[in-house]
Amino acid sequence: MSQPTTEFWRWQEYHRIMPNKKWTKKDLITAGVDVGSVGSKAAIMVNGEAYSWGITRTGSNSPESAKKALDYALQDTGLRVNDLKYIVGTGYGRVNVPMANKAITEIACHAKGANYIWGPSVRTVLDVGGQDIKAIRIDETGRVVSFLMNDKCAAGTGRGMEVFADLLKIPIEEIGEISLRVDKEPEPVSCTCVAFAKTEAMGLLRKGWSKEKVLAAYTRAMAVRMANLINRVGLEKEVVITGGQSKNIGIVTRIEVILGVKTLPMPKWRENGLDPMVAGALGAASFAKSLYEKAQRG
Amino acid sequence: MITHYGYCDGSGEYYIIIDSDKCNGCGKCVQVCPQKALQLETEFIDLEDKTIAAVAEAHRKKIKYTCSACKPETNKTPCILVCEFKAISSVWNPR
Repeated sequence: MSQPTTEFWRWQEYHRIMPNKKWTKKDLITAGVDVGSVGSKAAIMVNGEAYSWGITRTGSNSPESAKKALDYALQDTGLRVNDLKYIVGTGYGRVNVPMANKAITEIACHAKGANYIWGPSVRTVLDVGGQDIKAIRIDETGRVVSFLMNDKCAAGTGRGMEVFADLLKIPIEEIGEISLRVDKEPEPVSCTCVAFAKTEAMGLLRKGWSKEKVLAAYTRAMAVRMANLINRVGLEKEVVITGGQSKNIGIVTRIEVILGVKTLPMPKWRENGLDPMVAGALGAASFAKSLYEKAQRG
Repeated sequence: MITHYGYCDGSGEYYIIIDSDKCNGCGKCVQVCPQKALQLETEFIDLEDKTIAAVAEAHRKKIKYTCSACKPETNKTPCILVCEFKAISSVWNPR
């Protein structure tokens, strides 16, 4: 009898409509579609306010992933694609968003989105995506002042975490919390390259290290790497984390410790439902509103 | 907007830094780069499209190799010297 296979890396796709929000034909409805390397996100805004969104896994085909995410965001809203006045595409696959009126870099969109979610006090945004990390400094309007993207591959990113979830057979959603279950923080793994780090981790497991300790060592290495990027663009409070890894408490806690930033402000999404993973899509939808209004003014 | 292109690893850190507020998109740096690593790109800044110099997508994740010949000449590389607006600079901190 064959063993049932469990995909520990597979995170939950979901869509959400903001409670107590409605749209009418008179409203200005715009959308942002953020096709990332691992996740595709779409957000709908009504008069510049978040209304609904959908998060799906990016497939092998960017245009299809974009459509899937947008359909997911529109699901149960009564809205159709034709109701959307302006659509902005962003992310890794932004040039492959067929329904978009315009493509804008994810840097600008994440900056705008972070400004929308947390408000004007945000100065530093760390976006930890599926395959890269971006450190972005912004001003009170959400304009990008300075930014830096990591140079290499999946080193220290969401995809790396998926690989570790699979290796250690721990569901991806629990990985952050479990990585904190160590009495003493171990030395970080020396390799941040996912392929090498995986080999290194297997060696540590064979040496008798617990899963928790291995995970702590890898998460620590990732956090050190992210902190280095932030220090290069300059650390200024308030600091926020966007992208899928904003949900990894193991990463968030360690970055706070390394940077000495006592309190990363709690993402508001815990209060009003906005998810830092859709920051890029929200930023794109917000730009879509501004661009539509600009076009109307002529 | 100041953009950092480069890397940080066990050998140190190296970044090419382009300031879009100073860059006028003249393209002289694109011409002089011996590795053809730079190109003019459209960036979306303050709701406007602006043409500025940027490291080409194909080179962004291999700057360590692309720029290795010029790297020791910190701030004296062809791209930096040719720019009359001082829009390009670099940092190199070997470990």
